[in-house]
Amino acid sequence: MKYARLVWVNLIRNKRRTILTTLSVATALFLFVALRSVNTTLEEARHVGSESRMVVRNAISVVFTLPEAYYSWISTVPGVRRVTWGNWFHGIYQDPRDFFPSFAVDVDGYFAIYPEMVIPEDQEQAFRRERTAAMVGTGLMERFGWRLGQTIGLTSLIYSPEQAWPFTIRAVYTPLPGWTDEAFYFHYDYLYEMSDWVQPGWYVLELDDASLAATVAETIDEHYENSRYATRTETERAFQSGLVSMYGNVGLLMNAVGIAVFFAILMVAANAMMMAARERTGEVAVLKTLGFSDRLLFGLVLAEAATITAIGGVLGVIGAKLLFEGTNFQGAGLLPGFEVKLSTAIVGMAIAILLGLISGLVPAWQAARLPVAQTLRRVA
Amino acid sequence: MALLEIRSLSKVYQRDSQAIPVFENIDLDIDTGEFLVLMGPSGSGKTTLLNLIAGLDEPTTGAIIVGGEEVTAMSRRQLAAWRSDHVGFIFQLYNLLPVLTAYQNVELPLLLTHLSKKERREHVMTALDVVGLSDRADHFPRQLSGGQEQRVAIGRAIVSDPTLILADEPTGDLDAKSADEILTLMQRLNREFDKTILLVTHDQRAAERGEAIMHLDKGVLTR
Repeated sequence: MKYARLVWVNLIRNKRRTILTTLSVATALFLFVALRSVNTTLEEARHVGSESRMVVRNAISVVFTLPEAYYSWISTVPGVRRVTWGNWFHGIYQDPRDFFPSFAVDVDGYFAIYPEMVIPEDQEQAFRRERTAAMVGTGLMERFGWRLGQTIGLTSLIYSPEQAWPFTIRAVYTPLPGWTDEAFYFHYDYLYEMSDWVQPGWYVLELDDASLAATVAETIDEHYENSRYATRTETERAFQSGLVSMYGNVGLLMNAVGIAVFFAILMVAANAMMMAARERTGEVAVLKTLGFSDRLLFGLVLAEAATITAIGGVLGVIGAKLLFEGTNFQGAGLLPGFEVKLSTAIVGMAIAILLGLISGLVPAWQAARLPVAQTLRRVA
Repeated sequence: MALLEIRSLSKVYQRDSQAIPVFENIDLDIDTGEFLVLMGPSGSGKTTLLNLIAGLDEPTTGAIIVGGEEVTAMSRRQLAAWRSDHVGFIFQLYNLLPVLTAYQNVELPLLLTHLSKKERREHVMTALDVVGLSDRADHFPRQLSGGQEQRVAIGRAIVSDPTLILADEPTGDLDAKSADEILTLMQRLNREFDKTILLVTHDQRAAERGEAIMHLDKGVLTR
């Protein structure tokens, strides 16, 4: 601690350079932490969903539908406790850029299978009673400033896109952790009545036992293998993972950008540290004359570099955290909320300190090996 | 009894393939409590000799023994520790750290000791009192005159109570009045505190303050 003042006075000696170097490190760490958080969030999204729930979808793609008649047969498959279905509506409220997921669902079955949405009893009853009723997540209510009982109009990009569909908000759900609070649900019957032609987009099955998943999937897919609508049955988690993989290899891209940023900032920090050290060779020689050892001076220069990058790292991590918390970005409701995880913050800080140690290595070595007599002669 | 013994000391600088001898086979004894002045023209090797005694440079041949310890046989690490304990160095251009106050500059050598903060404070205030700057403890070097800066540097040199004080042209950058004050202070350190001092100077008036004068010229050391 007694050397802390020496480190500090050298840091504030050239405030502008120290601030700029710190900010460059902060920017690098901000990018690193933000990019890594996108990665971890996408990875986490693969694990959203239950292992005891399965999704049956069209084998070609999730954008193709399945016949309503499948419901009866799937319900009889051994191991299947309950079946429900849903449909992608792709509704837009006023501005197409304000996208959120909207689903037409089998109201009777859907909420029994999904306990992740907590709904007040009276609101659930009100939602069930009215065909044009909608149930909305708390986040979406807040986002658009909607209120319970309000009638809003959504335009679907799939169903009768020329008209606005009126919905009355009768229920607001609060999600359990890991579930989105930005989804919009309404009666499948309403969609059925108002559309020329519609059938379920997917079926959701609740199993008696998660260990039966493979058998159930095989049974269903084999049964429909040669039909016009072949199926693909997978656990909800696998289904979610498939959706996430539609983003492409984002992880590789993020990592590549992160590494490029890391090395660019390493050069900046190293250059700043070398400039700072070069300006002080005379003082280093004086300190050696006073008895400061090579090892001590090596440590002091390294500590200086690590302090700059550690402060920059803290600023970068806080910046990334504020970004995600401030925007509350959820990938249009398809992903759990983006957040800076503790592990990401720790990795970021470790990289920041490592960055400081690497960038300070050369000037620290030069300070330690400085020939005192020649240097004193030069400064005199 | 000799505190400092120099035996057959030679220093040759190597520039590319050319050998440039500074001095050869120098012998010198300095007794404990002696105030010796070393004079000589520029380039005669006075500063080089001072650096060798302080262990800041390595001789080509020969030995330097201070208080029974052979300085020339020490490793870099041992030399650093030895300097911290036994040598107080005073430079011509003071060489204070501009970002530290007078107090903090004087405290620097004590950071290398095991003294507590309170003990360090007592030592620093005593040193500043000896050099007459206890009221300027919180001033930065830029807020002091040249003479005051040099007095802070002397405070830094004596704060750890070293065995030997080496002064390289300490008055070379000062006006006559300030130089006189510095020399008086050094005389006081020698007489009152029994400090052994080796002073390198060009200035005849400064040299007259010492107890003995030696000349280094063309590689030869004479009394």
